[in-house]
Amino acid sequence: MAFHIRALLGACSVAALCVPAAAETLTIATVNNGDMIRMQGLTKDFTEKTGHDVEWVTLEENVLRQRVTQDIATKGGQFDIMTIGMYETPIWGKQGWLVSLDDLPESYDADDILPAMRGGLSVDGTLYAAPFYGESSMIMYRTDLMEKAGLEMPDAPTWEFVADAARKMTDKDNEIYGICLRGKAGWGENMAFLTATSNAFGARWFDEDWKPQFDSPEWKETLTFYLDLMNEAGPPGASTNGFNENLSLFQQGKCGMWIDATVAASFVTNPDDSTVADKVGFALAPDTGLGKRGNWLWAWALGIPAGTKKEAAAKQFIEWATSKEYLELVASEEGWANVPPGTRTSLYENPEYAKVPFAKMTLDSINSADPTNPTVKPVPYIGVQFVAIPEFAGIATQVGQEFSAALAGQQSADEALAKAQALTAEEMEAAGY
Amino acid sequence: MARKITTRRKTLNTLFAWGIGLLIFFPILWTILTSFKTEAQAIADPPVFLFFDWTLENYAIVQERSDYMRFLWNSVILAGGSTVIGIAIGVPAAWSMAFVPSKRTKDILMWMLSTKMLPAVGVLYPIYLLFIKLGLLDTRLGLTIVLMLINLPIIIWMLYTYFKEIPGEILEAARMDGAGLKEEILYILTPMAIPGIASTLLLNIILAWNEAFWTLNLTAAKAAPLTAFIASYSSPEGLFYAKLSAASTMAIAPILILGWFSQKQLVRGLTFGAVK
Repeated sequence: MAFHIRALLGACSVAALCVPAAAETLTIATVNNGDMIRMQGLTKDFTEKTGHDVEWVTLEENVLRQRVTQDIATKGGQFDIMTIGMYETPIWGKQGWLVSLDDLPESYDADDILPAMRGGLSVDGTLYAAPFYGESSMIMYRTDLMEKAGLEMPDAPTWEFVADAARKMTDKDNEIYGICLRGKAGWGENMAFLTATSNAFGARWFDEDWKPQFDSPEWKETLTFYLDLMNEAGPPGASTNGFNENLSLFQQGKCGMWIDATVAASFVTNPDDSTVADKVGFALAPDTGLGKRGNWLWAWALGIPAGTKKEAAAKQFIEWATSKEYLELVASEEGWANVPPGTRTSLYENPEYAKVPFAKMTLDSINSADPTNPTVKPVPYIGVQFVAIPEFAGIATQVGQEFSAALAGQQSADEALAKAQALTAEEMEAAGY
Repeated sequence: MARKITTRRKTLNTLFAWGIGLLIFFPILWTILTSFKTEAQAIADPPVFLFFDWTLENYAIVQERSDYMRFLWNSVILAGGSTVIGIAIGVPAAWSMAFVPSKRTKDILMWMLSTKMLPAVGVLYPIYLLFIKLGLLDTRLGLTIVLMLINLPIIIWMLYTYFKEIPGEILEAARMDGAGLKEEILYILTPMAIPGIASTLLLNIILAWNEAFWTLNLTAAKAAPLTAFIASYSSPEGLFYAKLSAASTMAIAPILILGWFSQKQLVRGLTFGAVK
């Protein structure tokens, strides 16, 4: 009898191990970008494999950022997975707000994640968010207009060449502008571009003692160069142009060059939306010969807020969505050009993906950005087009407004820089730096 | 001669009114038109007005991607629920202030209105923390209460204004005939104030339907209404104007239709008492 009971207990315990964990419903906050929408459409594959359901909360980027910050700071527990960027991840990871992702299984092959992405999403070597797609910035240019101007775009141009080409390509009578750049105020809008560009000009946000550097000659050179170029070769009303506005201008054939996120390459080469789809070339973001290029580094990544009750299921989802298998799944359903770019080394070793026209330039751009050593002179911060401190978003948005006003002709470069210096110094002092 | 001038003036006034009306309606018209364009047409420069290839593609994409009915149902519950509860609280409150005023009635009315003077974001965190403690985050109940509370001052003020127009003597006569408080409010006051109550009701449904701060901040997947549905179609990287316009048109259609059918009641209620 005792033997039978022991046998029964033994059988039960083995059976308990065999039964998969209870099916959960995960709530995931995300943005309305093409790659995320595609992921939502493929979620049934995850549900079939794991039994877990997924509920999506899709929000506008700024609303999402505010919403997830508010929820994670108050431990609201509304989301099991959050779509966050390279700016939030190191700050939140340091605060202990995110679950470490260092224990993902070996089959996930975390070493395959591009080093620049992994570095930007880690704190002291611990990964806090897994990159879903990564991007840098690069030059997209019109091959026909470049030819017409009698120039040939090198793979790694200088700012001097770009400015010269922009002026030569400009034909205002026919509404063709040599260069389209961001002018709309915002830390993720004009300041992302200008901060990355300032790195190429040898400027920096802060010195080693956290003293703001807008009064430096390098910043003056950066801003003056940008304003002169945009006034001479940029589209009218550029001070309100962000990513989407420039995208539509480029797609309508009104820009000779556009320096922006690498993810734009798939839009401008899509013949359904773009009138210039077959006339687009790519090049690295320009430099000035000082050793740094003006290209940024960004990743939309998936992180798990600390304290979620569904951590195991959430990790399973992240493992699925950022795996090599997911890339193959997208490729089989929608083709290699639609695979989320910029996250894994193996993707760029794949001969099929190498055929995508912008694949190599995207990888080269990502590899040439170094968030831990972004500037010519030493800095105490991490981040290429941002400074990974909580105060940055607020300060940079105000500075962005000053620079945008300068582009709109409401003030001079000197006035904008003086205001930027004063407000940054004040905010940093108030924050205790 | 005088008649001629009057006709001319009338025509001018009518044209002017139509002009103002069209100007106010133009953003909605443009949204509706854009919803039938392709993404490329939506951003075309110069803009195309009527002569483009009309397409239902955006509506198909929105239908496929989002569960519209779930968002719609949440909007109906939140707008309807918060308004009904608000009216149930507002009628007795306005009655007492209109017919049994005290020395402090004016101050109370002003104090109630003062809650509308604080920017909503100022109390976001306290409310968010309260909601966490009470387990009300992303629930229809929680959001109904919040929407009711933010609209309550408007409900009470509107009802108070309407009730003030009703002669107190009629209520006194009812009381002399033996009507209790319940009968007085239900059978005498309410029927007389129906136009006022109806317009308060309609205006508050519209306000609650369009409320986008609290509905975006206090919901996630379960209780999100149509405002969240619209917000999900804005994209930082990629063209979205046509799809966003289709989502917006679908979100405003029910309330637009409701407003269209009840416009007589709404106008009558809003101008009620204005000529006395």
